[in-house]
Amino acid sequence: MSGLVKAGAGSRALAPGAVPGQPRFPWGCIGYWAASLLFIFVSVFPLLYALSSSLKQGSGLFSPELWPKAPTFANYSGVFAEQPFAQNLLNSLLVAGSVVTLSLGLSLMAAWAFGRVEFRGRGLLLMLILSASMLPQVAVLSGMFELVRAFGIYDTLGALIIADLVLTLPFTVWVLVTFMRQLPKELEEAAAMDGVGVLTLVFRVYMPLLWPAMVATGLLAFIAAWNEFLFALTFTLSTEARTVPVAIALISTPSGFELPWGKIMAASVIVTLPLVALVVVFQRRIVSGLSAGAVKG
Amino acid sequence: MSRGALRCSGAAASRAEEVMANDILRPRLQNAALRGGLAAQRVRRAWWMAAPMLLVLAAVGAWPLLRTIWFSLTDSELSNPGDYAFIGLENYVGEYGLLASADWWQAVGNTLLFTGLSVSLETLLGLGVALLLNQASRLRTLLRAALLVPWAIPTVVSAKMWSWMLHDQFGIVNHHLLALGVIAAPLAWTADPQLSLFSIVLVDVWKATPYMALLILAALQMVPVDCYEAARVDGVPRWQVFRRITLPLILPGLLVAMVFRTLDALRVFDLIYVMTSNSRDTQSMSVFVRQQLIDFGLVGYGSAAATCLFFMIALLSIVAMGLMRRTFERAAA
Amino acid sequence: MPLAARRSLLAMFFACVALLGIVANTRAADAVTISIACSGVGQELEFCKGAAEAWARKTGHALKIVTPPNDASERLALYQQLLSARSEKIDVLQVDVIWPGLLGSYLLDLRPYAKGAEAQHFAGFIANNSSQGRLVAMPWFANAGLLFYRSDLLQKYGQPVPTTWGELTASARTIQDGERALGNERMWGYVWQGRAYEGLSCNALEWVASHDGGAIVEADGRISINNPRAVLALQAASAWVGSISPTAVLNYAEEESRGVFQAGNAVFMRNWPYAWALAQAEGSVIRGKVGVAVLPKGGGAGRHAATLGGESLAVSKYSQHPAAAADLVLYMTSAGVQKDRALRGSFNPTIAALYQDAEILQANPFMGELLATFTNALARPTTVTGTRYNQVSHHFWNAAHDTLSAKATAEQALARLEQSLKRISRRGTWR
Repeated sequence: MSGLVKAGAGSRALAPGAVPGQPRFPWGCIGYWAASLLFIFVSVFPLLYALSSSLKQGSGLFSPELWPKAPTFANYSGVFAEQPFAQNLLNSLLVAGSVVTLSLGLSLMAAWAFGRVEFRGRGLLLMLILSASMLPQVAVLSGMFELVRAFGIYDTLGALIIADLVLTLPFTVWVLVTFMRQLPKELEEAAAMDGVGVLTLVFRVYMPLLWPAMVATGLLAFIAAWNEFLFALTFTLSTEARTVPVAIALISTPSGFELPWGKIMAASVIVTLPLVALVVVFQRRIVSGLSAGAVKG
Repeated sequence: MSRGALRCSGAAASRAEEVMANDILRPRLQNAALRGGLAAQRVRRAWWMAAPMLLVLAAVGAWPLLRTIWFSLTDSELSNPGDYAFIGLENYVGEYGLLASADWWQAVGNTLLFTGLSVSLETLLGLGVALLLNQASRLRTLLRAALLVPWAIPTVVSAKMWSWMLHDQFGIVNHHLLALGVIAAPLAWTADPQLSLFSIVLVDVWKATPYMALLILAALQMVPVDCYEAARVDGVPRWQVFRRITLPLILPGLLVAMVFRTLDALRVFDLIYVMTSNSRDTQSMSVFVRQQLIDFGLVGYGSAAATCLFFMIALLSIVAMGLMRRTFERAAA
Repeated sequence: MPLAARRSLLAMFFACVALLGIVANTRAADAVTISIACSGVGQELEFCKGAAEAWARKTGHALKIVTPPNDASERLALYQQLLSARSEKIDVLQVDVIWPGLLGSYLLDLRPYAKGAEAQHFAGFIANNSSQGRLVAMPWFANAGLLFYRSDLLQKYGQPVPTTWGELTASARTIQDGERALGNERMWGYVWQGRAYEGLSCNALEWVASHDGGAIVEADGRISINNPRAVLALQAASAWVGSISPTAVLNYAEEESRGVFQAGNAVFMRNWPYAWALAQAEGSVIRGKVGVAVLPKGGGAGRHAATLGGESLAVSKYSQHPAAAADLVLYMTSAGVQKDRALRGSFNPTIAALYQDAEILQANPFMGELLATFTNALARPTTVTGTRYNQVSHHFWNAAHDTLSAKATAEQALARLEQSLKRISRRGTWR
């Protein structure tokens, strides 16, 4: 069971005919570089183009050259001046942060139960939790709306935090259970001999050991909550309570009819760059978390 | 194909089968040694530890789902939420039922077409990228980082970026296609009913191929190097190696990835909502549900559509699980 | 300072703004906080805020400004949710001209508070804002579909301003061909709103009504849309696509069509009045070359038809301070505030008398000529269809879109539409 989890770091298998340094056919090498460069180009081009558009203004926006003739940051200042975009960013950060903390805490406890103890109905419960990750968001929308109303948290960040848990919990539980199972049982036996309580065991002994897995799942949960759209669209009303994706989808201009592409692109770049930085820095961890969550699940 | 390579592929396949079968389909505890009173205490503790998570999940997942199913049997409307009556299956069958609505079936058709196209393209491209990523090369880190970019960008943002690039008047895609002489007149990528669904598929492929590639890469990296060594020694052509060794070995992983993407694609919402709004030509089932629930305020009817979507996905998951189990069993036999 | 003294000082200070005797029943002693949902950002938001704050200073009440999404359908969805949750979070809300039928049951009857002030407003607008005999919203500003044309091009080719769709098609063709021959490859004859959304319903209703094809659903609930004149209207419009209008018009909303017109690449455009100020703005390439007219008739027997748009202000039924909230609405929709908005922001007043105001006409020359267009503007069938209007409109614009994109003939699309509407209306009963 360990082979999959080490995806990012495990032994590298070489694809046929690709012994570095001594390619059998130069064609393969050229093809490899061409294909790789093409994929790299296609992957990053839209972001670059958004960056370029965000630096253009007025009629400059309608000419498609990549390097703006007269670069301006007016769109960036506009985004912050015309609407509470800083507040929206903070909201997204608060929601995503709380969702990550809550789901990791809850899942870590549950992961001990599911990963280290055998009890009746465990397999079935795990299956149910996994199936919760396939729930269509719209299928819980009206029930969730009732819930939000009943708690009196409509149009607050609390509503989004609670709602987003349904998206992240199944996934974080599943991944942490997988990782928890791989830890040696001797650890626990040693702890049991010292008379340590379960919570201490989980948070003092297992959590440090699971740290890499926590970072990976936490990042994925963060991205999921940061990007979430439908709940945020439905459970907030005022501009001040919105998260970034909704703010971007609903960006508008004074007349209400104009399409502010420059500002949309500026906002998109602001939202995306931190995420891209995060992803590039933690790429190995994310890859291992993704494969553990999905291939395992 | 040499005996060596065959032997190797058989051994690795059964190993993959064992891993998949144990970890995914029939999870079992590996170290269930404790017995008696101590074990009972542990089980009690386990329930306590799992309880907060289970409660939260029941509150935000199971309860809303049950409410939706209940609403689907009523004539509840958003404009009068307290005042509704039980109407049985009227939202589903009969003259005014969901199953008689052409719009619903169009949404079902759109969703299936979208899912089929995007998942197959993503699988093919993802396999290609995974093979590239599996090569030791100076480009690999850069390629992996670049691939994570589309995946990390919020769907809403990527929908906006692409809508802008595909803009019929000012979009860079039309600009270059026109300049290259590929098209004679600007194409209305998101408006033309013949094109809009494909534009959406294109953006989805752009966004989800990295995910697919990473999952396939994980499977590729499990293939033991000695398999390739054996094949290389025997001088087996590369295509044959891929077809006879690599593909069978990664098939389980590939299938799991495809199932995951399929279930995800069936629920598609953000992308379509932002790119083409409620247009009937591209409306997915999720978009249809939201339109009925919120835009039209038909809570009962919309819930019926949501329930149908839920059961479709549930049914598909069960079928997929069964099929996968059979595939693995066959591979093992 | 004693409260009474402060109040009288304030009252004196704002006497110039206080109109229509609404310096009413509010005492500083029972000052309350009213939350108002101003939509929009930038200038529009500033206007809304400014007027509301003036009212707050005048009455001593406190204000809370809530900013909902600017996109109309998003805003509607949120209002529906908010109101269905019986939330008192918003007292005063800005409602689109098509919403009174949808939201009517949640809105307060303003007639007792208006004390006859509603008589000054366009009668059609007031009728539109009435739901089952209750006046649920006060008109705030009006919109109507207008024909924008390039006066320089019409002159160059010796074409008159068209009065029928046939004339429009012919001169669009002539000028488009002429300009293209001169090297302007991007020139188009006519741009409008063809995306499958509410705007297409407005456009298509104008086509149908100008051909005397009815109002989709008549006031008595009868579904009238499947008739030969409506077929004719849709066929005429379909013929434009790809000839005088770009195919991409099928995904144009207001701003896309304005983009083409503003860049100087279209002879005619159907749009709302807002496009005037932008076309005449500093730096616009078409500045001074634009005229505004009423939309053409559908042939000799037809009539001029412009869809009514605009916004009103309403009070939520769940407001805890209905009297104060209604007072705010009446102040915001009063002649004084509407004049200010017309002068500074080109918002069309809903009070007919203001169309004779010299200052307003100087700032917006087209307003005077088009008074009749605004007073006779065509309401969409919101009153009769009530909470089902959104569905009706959705099916109507889809039928129009199917015809325009040649997915169906006009006859097929309208027959299918009739079936759908029968289904939605539970066989014309609209219950």
